[in-house]
Amino acid sequence: MLGIPDPMVLAAFLGCIAVAAISVIYGLVRRNAAVDEVTREDRAWAIEEKKVEDEL
Amino acid sequence: MAGHSAVGWVDIVVIVGYLLTTGYLGWLGYRGTRTAADFLVGGRSAHPLIMAVSYGATFISTAAIVGFGGVAGMFGMSLLWLTFLNIGVGILLAFTVLGEPTRRLGHHLGAHTFPELLGARYQSKAIQVLAGLLIFIFMPLYAAAVMTGGAVFAATEFGVDFEVALLVFALITAAYVIPGGLKAVMYTDTFQGIVMIVAMIYLLWFTYASLGGVSEAHQYLTGMADLVPGPLQAMGHQGWTAMPKFGWGAPSYDLWWTVITAIILGVGIGVLAQPQLVVRFMTVRSRRELDRAVPIGAVFILLMTGTPFAVGSLSNAWFAQHGPILKGQVVKEIDPAKSHALVGLMKESSPGHWEPVINPKTKQPAMAPMVVSGHETVQDAQGAPLDLVSGRAPSVVYAKGEVDQIIPAFITTALPRWFGLVFFLCLLAAAMSTLSSQFHTIGTAAGRDLYERITGRHGSEPSVLVMRIAIMLGLLMSVTISYNVREEYVIARFTAIFFGLCAATFLPAFVAGLYSRRVTRVGALASMVVGLGVSLFWLLLVKSKEAAAIGLVQQVTGGKTSILIDYPNWPMVDPVVVALPLALLTLILVSAFTKPADAGHLDRCFSRTPDL
Repeated sequence: MLGIPDPMVLAAFLGCIAVAAISVIYGLVRRNAAVDEVTREDRAWAIEEKKVEDEL
Repeated sequence: MAGHSAVGWVDIVVIVGYLLTTGYLGWLGYRGTRTAADFLVGGRSAHPLIMAVSYGATFISTAAIVGFGGVAGMFGMSLLWLTFLNIGVGILLAFTVLGEPTRRLGHHLGAHTFPELLGARYQSKAIQVLAGLLIFIFMPLYAAAVMTGGAVFAATEFGVDFEVALLVFALITAAYVIPGGLKAVMYTDTFQGIVMIVAMIYLLWFTYASLGGVSEAHQYLTGMADLVPGPLQAMGHQGWTAMPKFGWGAPSYDLWWTVITAIILGVGIGVLAQPQLVVRFMTVRSRRELDRAVPIGAVFILLMTGTPFAVGSLSNAWFAQHGPILKGQVVKEIDPAKSHALVGLMKESSPGHWEPVINPKTKQPAMAPMVVSGHETVQDAQGAPLDLVSGRAPSVVYAKGEVDQIIPAFITTALPRWFGLVFFLCLLAAAMSTLSSQFHTIGTAAGRDLYERITGRHGSEPSVLVMRIAIMLGLLMSVTISYNVREEYVIARFTAIFFGLCAATFLPAFVAGLYSRRVTRVGALASMVVGLGVSLFWLLLVKSKEAAAIGLVQQVTGGKTSILIDYPNWPMVDPVVVALPLALLTLILVSAFTKPADAGHLDRCFSRTPDL
């Protein structure tokens, strides 16, 4: 199949495409499933992160 | 392979134009929202494309494209298992299983670097310092791999010496990372990612199209199995579309253990504990953003690693069909029906007179497996008649066995000149986006994790100075390593060493820290010490290629390249296979017999309802 006789290499070739396809499906299915909120803690963390970056 | 002619004015204009565009995007970013932290401060959401491509561009470097692409050219398409792990583990598992807990824990504890995350989780200064030290000492090895990958290609593409290309590459890197590239401006990373995507799509299309289609290309490569050079066959190479021979206890299984343990497992698993990638999860605003980044990240990695691994392997078929003509004398018929023969390569010493080419490494006549396409009668150096055959060989022959040359040789020989320039920009993009995060990580490891933790001074001026000095030192160390170490598939090996070290040292403590309340500070520290100690022991004394290059093992054993050299396959086994399970076992056993952190700290680490 596809000119690759070794089943393990063929599995790797098709597996790469399959796992990428699963990832695409996962992202589409879960597109709005998780909560999306920025907490005060998240914002405080980001302000500190910005400070680190700016210092550097 | 000879490279293209020297750099022309068009090349310079295009490269300068690219650098100016990158600089302009960086400047635009400075004026407004530029980094992931800016997005978060502003309460805005970065487009999933930006988040995913920026992460992918940091993940993928010249090491993957030139280094591992070249390894695929040598060892074949079994390397696609690494692409499978890069997507399945490096994207799907990392984003869906580790991403959100890492983000939450980092924000709960106010951690901004990977060592700080571990140190805060386990309330341990020793853990943070140990992790910072490992990063500061060994990250330059990985950065050296990235620089070597870029410099090797630039040297071939522009026909300049490797040393000159390395110097120019280092100067461009310094110019990029020192003034501001460290800030990981997301638009710049994304622009670089898009350049990489365009180059890879064209490369993949060109390669399959020039070999007649997907199945035809693979079929032809399968038919070349008997052209695998003898030394590789002796290690268990069974063709570029076949897995290496599997077994234990004989040198003919060495390749399987090299490919699977060092190249595929070390890097495939090691990505989970890469400090510069873990911190990216903390800059994400929510679980939803992580979920949305998965599809683009997966397709990006498929293109960025799948393409060079497939193209590296297929370059053997392209050179065998279209490569420059080689000439020589048949030493042994391999398959007369396919005109496959082992040929002693010859060169014309004077008009009409031919003499053997001498391999500079072995000082013996150079041999190459070839597809013979013509015969002619000429004279040898003594004037005796000689049946001179002409034909073409797999890419490993044209690269003269130097794995890191396979991708550059293919690009400069097979593809149009304009693409060589685009590909150079792709490599520049891949290198810059990775190098900037690597040097950022080196700087913060030295400043925040070592200097601040050891002296107890936080956020002070000297700390910033330490970070800057550390970045300069890291850059110098990387260039020195790149300049001095030019051995076989060094790019992939350096990368694999760093990924393996990170996996064995950090992975058990990191993952357990995200999910388990029972794992203890002593358990985590013991696990890290065992993981690092066993890895270093294995690299210094057991894994023959690395041990021989370092040289300690020869002094200990009186000249042998491994303390297990008399036991076949052991010297090929990667440290990660031994060190990671031992580190995990240590974590479990020591944690079982030591006291966990107090409930208040654990509640803070694992709280799901932060203050809104």
